[in-house]
Amino acid sequence: MKILRLPKSPKVLLGLGIVGFFILLTIIGPWLAPYSPSATNFAANLTPSAHHWLGTTSLGQDIYSQLLVGARATMVVALVAGLVATVLSVTIGVAAGYLGGLPDDGLSLLSNVFLAIPGLPLLIVIDSYLPVNSRSNSFVIGLIISLTGWAWGARVLRAQTMSLRNRDFVEAARIIGEKRHRIMFTEIAPNLLPVLASSFLFTVLYSIGAYVTLAYIGLTSTAVWNWGTMLYWAQANNAPLSNEWYWFVPPGICIALVGTGLALVNFGIDEFINPRLRAAGITSRQRRKLGLPRRVRLGLTPVLRTTRAPRVNPAPAKLVSQ
Amino acid sequence: MRMIGRRLSLYALTAWVAITVNFLLPRLMPGNPVQTMIGKLTGQVTPAEMNAIQLSFGGSFKHGLFSQYITYLTQLLHGNFGVSITLGAPVGAILRESVPWTVGLIGFSTIISFAVGTFAGALLGWTRGSRLDSLIPAATFFQAIPYFFLGTVMLLVFASNLHWFPVLGAYSQNVTPGWNWAFVGNVIRYGELPVISIVLSSIAGWMLGMRNMMITMVGEDFVLMAVAKGLPRRKVIMHAARNAVLPSIANLSLAIGLVVSGALLVELVFNYPGVGDLLLQAVLNEDYPLIQGIFLVITLTVLCANLIADVVYLALDPRTRTEAAV
Repeated sequence: MKILRLPKSPKVLLGLGIVGFFILLTIIGPWLAPYSPSATNFAANLTPSAHHWLGTTSLGQDIYSQLLVGARATMVVALVAGLVATVLSVTIGVAAGYLGGLPDDGLSLLSNVFLAIPGLPLLIVIDSYLPVNSRSNSFVIGLIISLTGWAWGARVLRAQTMSLRNRDFVEAARIIGEKRHRIMFTEIAPNLLPVLASSFLFTVLYSIGAYVTLAYIGLTSTAVWNWGTMLYWAQANNAPLSNEWYWFVPPGICIALVGTGLALVNFGIDEFINPRLRAAGITSRQRRKLGLPRRVRLGLTPVLRTTRAPRVNPAPAKLVSQ
Repeated sequence: MRMIGRRLSLYALTAWVAITVNFLLPRLMPGNPVQTMIGKLTGQVTPAEMNAIQLSFGGSFKHGLFSQYITYLTQLLHGNFGVSITLGAPVGAILRESVPWTVGLIGFSTIISFAVGTFAGALLGWTRGSRLDSLIPAATFFQAIPYFFLGTVMLLVFASNLHWFPVLGAYSQNVTPGWNWAFVGNVIRYGELPVISIVLSSIAGWMLGMRNMMITMVGEDFVLMAVAKGLPRRKVIMHAARNAVLPSIANLSLAIGLVVSGALLVELVFNYPGVGDLLLQAVLNEDYPLIQGIFLVITLTVLCANLIADVVYLALDPRTRTEAAV
């Protein structure tokens, strides 16, 4: 992607790889599953074997199939929630930052109120009042989660918009006589993209956590297979205390992996926004090869010249201060 | 002082929103859950209890919405959170027993996590590019694990298999609760594992935030100046760290809500007698008055914690005293 030039560091590549793998799993997981996740026609409490890679539950269901099928519900809810929340935070954050004055006060107040209310308890209260048939609907759950997850993004986007608002190119567009919504969406919005992407990933991360938590408490339909319901059933059948690690560890690891992947990609975006965060720009191996000091020098942001520097110093690469 | 005033009014407004949501939610949801619940309960509870439950929801449904709202607010002001359906006791009294456990557990772990995370973040930021950087992906992994899952795994490994820690609850059956050393020591012993698991899951956020701020600070002129003056390295690090920690503290008040949300579930895993455990029971039993009471109490507690963090921030950063920023 050209607009978002992510640094090609191993961290970011690893993150992209993990996220890509799980997105693929979301799409093809249910077809890969060897058995139906709800079928109870196996022996109960089997340990992992060639037939059942992750053993069976105390009801005789294949855990590996549950894991594969569960990927879809988990990811779909997270993506729905992430998208809706991002739309909300862009609308509110950009409007507040650009309009300023009274609208800004009102919208900032709104997002501050939502930030201050602890999300999960609110989510539990809302969810516990939902009719049972809506609890199995991924979109309803996603919408509710997005309701508690948009405020942080709105805050960050507002700050960024405010810093962009007075830049020269926006001023120029205003003088030309561009319409207000055009300035907001075609001049300012593209410059918000890195911040936006970062807040989207963060919201997806939050949504996975929130959804899994709701499912773990038993507040989503236990008939829909996702990683949270797997943990719910494992906990309900005392799997952790009876050492059935193959039941409750795999879904937890999957959740953690998706989260790590998203966070790693986010690092890349952070480093794109603030280049100082890059691990000094040069890997330690390059440093050693070039004979540079191992420690970063204070006040200097080292830059590696790829083109030949003017012939002042015969060294092929050198540190320049910025 | 203006800033404190603005924050206070923000929190007052937030509290009001939470209360209003609490009031409106049962009425706006499809199928009117409260009506259903009251219908289900008729005949099961005494008329006096029924009356109390109705009052806590804002009186009889024959009145208009607005007068119900007024009744609801008056009841809250008198500290009446309603009567728990399953436990048969006033919600306020039930909460009084479990809130101290939660505040103790989560408050203590948050302080440790913030202190240790900030310290580690300062070091990481200072030694950027060194081998310590490999800590970052590990920390991210821990951060991505849901709190309750990490708690479960730690319970399994360290308590039930290795027997390093006691298994469940907040204190042993053998001691009598009270302010004596035996009991306090016992509570600390039982709290170790839950505290460690909360600290492990929440520390990465503080660490990474501090690292990023520290890196930005290290590039500032005043740090270069301090080095040029020949100050010892420890003093220079303190110089930079003191400035880098400010955004972390400013964020503290916003992050408390998130940490509390995650940590509530740790109580569930460890059978800790706090609000989180209570909340689960209430959800399972569809005990609406209790759920709502817990939500309100958690929200109000978080708001108080926010206010404390704001005051600390104000005391540390003189610039905010003149410039009002919400």
